[in-house]
Amino acid sequence: MSNPADVVHAQHVAHEAHHEELGFWRKYVFSTDHKVIGIQYSITGLLFLLFGFSLMMLMRWQLAYPGVPLPLIGGLFGDARMPGGTMLPEFYNELGAMHGTIMVFLGVVPLAVGGFGNFVLPLQIGAPDMAFPKINMLSYWSLFLGGMTMLGSFFVPGGAAQSGWTSYAPLSVIAGTGQTWWLIGMIFLITSSLLGALNFLTTTIQLRAKGLTFMRFPFFVWAQFVTSFLLLLAFPPLEAAGVMQLMDRVAGTSFFMPSGLIVSGQVLANAGGGNAVLWQHLFWFLAHPEVYVLILPAMGIVAEIIANNTRKPLWGYRAMVYSLVFLGFMSFIVWAHHMFMTGMGTAMAAFFQTTTMIISIPSVVILTSLLLSLWGGSIRFNTPMLFATAFLPMFGIGGLTGLPLGLNISDIPLHDTYYVIAHFHYVVAPGTIFALMAGIYYWYPKATGRKMNETLGKIHFAGSLVFMNVVFMPMFIVGLAGVSRRLFDAGSGYDFAQPTMHWNVVSSWGAWLMGVFQIPFIFNFFWSIRNGEKVGDNPWEATTIEWAAPSPPPHGNFAVAPQAYRGPYEYSVPGAAKDFTPQHEAS
Amino acid sequence: MDIPYTVEVRRDTGLNNGKIGIWLFLASEVMLFGALFASYILIRTGSPSWPRGDTLLDVPLATFNTIVLITSSVTMVMAWASLMRRKFGTFRIYMGATILLGFVFLIVKYFEYSHHFAIGEGPSHNNFLAIYFTLTGLHMLHVFGGMVVNAYFWGPGAKLYQTNPVWFTNRVEHSGLFWHFVDLVWIFLFPTLYLL
Amino acid sequence: MSDHAADHSTDDHAVDIDKHVKVYITVFVTLMVLTVVTVAISRLHLSVPVAVTIALFVALVKGSLVAGYFMHLVSEKRLIYAVLALTAAFFVVLLALPVLTHEDGFWIPQAAEPAAAHPEAEHK
Repeated sequence: MSNPADVVHAQHVAHEAHHEELGFWRKYVFSTDHKVIGIQYSITGLLFLLFGFSLMMLMRWQLAYPGVPLPLIGGLFGDARMPGGTMLPEFYNELGAMHGTIMVFLGVVPLAVGGFGNFVLPLQIGAPDMAFPKINMLSYWSLFLGGMTMLGSFFVPGGAAQSGWTSYAPLSVIAGTGQTWWLIGMIFLITSSLLGALNFLTTTIQLRAKGLTFMRFPFFVWAQFVTSFLLLLAFPPLEAAGVMQLMDRVAGTSFFMPSGLIVSGQVLANAGGGNAVLWQHLFWFLAHPEVYVLILPAMGIVAEIIANNTRKPLWGYRAMVYSLVFLGFMSFIVWAHHMFMTGMGTAMAAFFQTTTMIISIPSVVILTSLLLSLWGGSIRFNTPMLFATAFLPMFGIGGLTGLPLGLNISDIPLHDTYYVIAHFHYVVAPGTIFALMAGIYYWYPKATGRKMNETLGKIHFAGSLVFMNVVFMPMFIVGLAGVSRRLFDAGSGYDFAQPTMHWNVVSSWGAWLMGVFQIPFIFNFFWSIRNGEKVGDNPWEATTIEWAAPSPPPHGNFAVAPQAYRGPYEYSVPGAAKDFTPQHEAS
Repeated sequence: MDIPYTVEVRRDTGLNNGKIGIWLFLASEVMLFGALFASYILIRTGSPSWPRGDTLLDVPLATFNTIVLITSSVTMVMAWASLMRRKFGTFRIYMGATILLGFVFLIVKYFEYSHHFAIGEGPSHNNFLAIYFTLTGLHMLHVFGGMVVNAYFWGPGAKLYQTNPVWFTNRVEHSGLFWHFVDLVWIFLFPTLYLL
Repeated sequence: MSDHAADHSTDDHAVDIDKHVKVYITVFVTLMVLTVVTVAISRLHLSVPVAVTIALFVALVKGSLVAGYFMHLVSEKRLIYAVLALTAAFFVVLLALPVLTHEDGFWIPQAAEPAAAHPEAEHK
């Protein structure tokens, strides 16, 4: 062919024509459109969040009233799990392991990265779609398969994985069939994340609009960018570890199995010579960056909403960006602070303790910048802003209570107690999940062309805020009393746990009532698709490029490729006619 | 609206999307094999004794396989060079040779594996064989994956050459990058497993 | 259009593609020679630390040749270098992992034992 340009053009036309005849399956199920995939991810993530939350509500019954049969629904789970409605320890362990796995890998990550990343990021950088739409589709369906594998594992003989979400060896190697399913499911989920991450990175680097330099990125784009690097480089070691554990379980190797291990009075027949701590290293090499995968997109969402609703530029945007990058980098060299109890040498412990203290600095810089952004703003307290504001103190509590865990002296008494649970749940539940809720309320008009109901939103917010704290604050007390997080009866057999037993009841009722307060949200979410207040393309009068697209954006997003003329948060510019100057408007 | 920079390069990065995508993918692959290598070192240094590779494995066969894989890397890069010269016939020959050499590699590996299983030296026999089967098995999966992609560009995927030779050449280059990476992993696997 | 520009640059490449091919053949021969060398050295049954050093050095040279010439890393864009530099940094962290599992003795092999013995003496 002499002139490829013509051919490309001809292909282009054929391509367009092709899109119009897409059937239902190609359009809504096996879609390559980043917005449809983003919504698929979000719905999947939300459903798994609900499912993971339900597992936890079951566990809370056992913790509040150990050994008491669960009323009403207790009989539904069968004699293998809850004979007579009383929970067996094995089933409690299944619930615990799967709650963690599902919440982290199938709830928060798909929603924060897959959902918001897919839907918002290409729009915010003015791209027509992701760089590799088919890989994007593959990424979602890989997640879907992983999710189905995890759900299916509940029904295999012996039930789902029972070795905690961390699947520490050698316990996980000698556990039942569910653990094999867990590993296979994880390999699907890791593949999904890897494909997603390389797609996000390529999209951000290549498809950003003309004039949109890196320092003009909305903070959310930066957050997704750093997150994708973490996913890309931290997940493969866990994949390797997963393959090795699979070999240990299926092929009888001994990567994580020491010699002469005695289980139920019998010496195991393995070759031995493996190293159980190796699993922990490889697991936490992923799982510590994973913590930042959970929190960085949340910070990005909160930054967008705070700038928009204070009608001010973000305070210290550059410092925030540099902190973010530094945070991402440092997150790779702090992992062993999860492992102070594995008998590591003092030199190593000192090293990881120091890096852990250092990594708290950029987190504090970001949090402080967000807090100072509120200063002097004329704040609009709509539902997204309420959630975003609540994120700040909640994440603050979560972050500060993490410091004693990062110092190895204070970690020793606190390790594996409820204090740890309280700490990271403050980061992830009232932290990240509040930010994700804020994001849903904030970008819902972009996805549907309608706003969610404000009154229901405020009820949802108030109930969630109060009961989140009712759930998790008592856990600090229980944890400081020294109660282990792994006890299926909350330590009711131990004397030292008795003074704090009543706090478990408080936590549990908090959890169930928090569940009740999610009903307005679920109702609001579906009801507003048809009945929400109709709004224009830019209902929040925001400055970033996603609001230049129609709501909902058509395939290809923008009629004309947008161009960026200024930074992301030009609110209340002195002398300007209106209090926001969009990035894409030529001056 | 089509996705920009699938064929042409973006001015400020000097790259097209596929090139960045494949390199990011290879970066994650580096971390995957890196974790396995680290595990190998840890388990080896932690064990009181460790067999030399050549006492358990067949070095001549593996040397032959190394030569096969390196040759296939050359034919791969020659396939791409033929496309750059717009010689489609030569491309087909070199690409075909690459796929065949990959096939030879897998056949040799099959004989090695079946020999081990025949004398009862499975992965559970000891930790050396465990890491050997895991590393080479994962590497074989990569060889197989690369062959599937190459076969696609040799066969049905080659239609693209008629309509957009630049794009097709790029895609072959990216598939080549993956193939060379697989070769590169083997270059490290061969001495660590067989010779040390 | 930019497509046209891309095609044009390909033509430029075609001029020096012959030079490339010569490089590929040279690299190929070098790789073959190094393969034979590394097998030959392993026949000498050197002590493990020496053997490991030599074998990994040869592998590193071979790997660099593949990455540099077959994968064109000698003349790649800055962005790719940046990605690989970042990966290399974390790869080093990953390979340091076996070291991190060692106890203090690994870091201060001589001083560790007397220092550990000393407080015991004081307690007595």
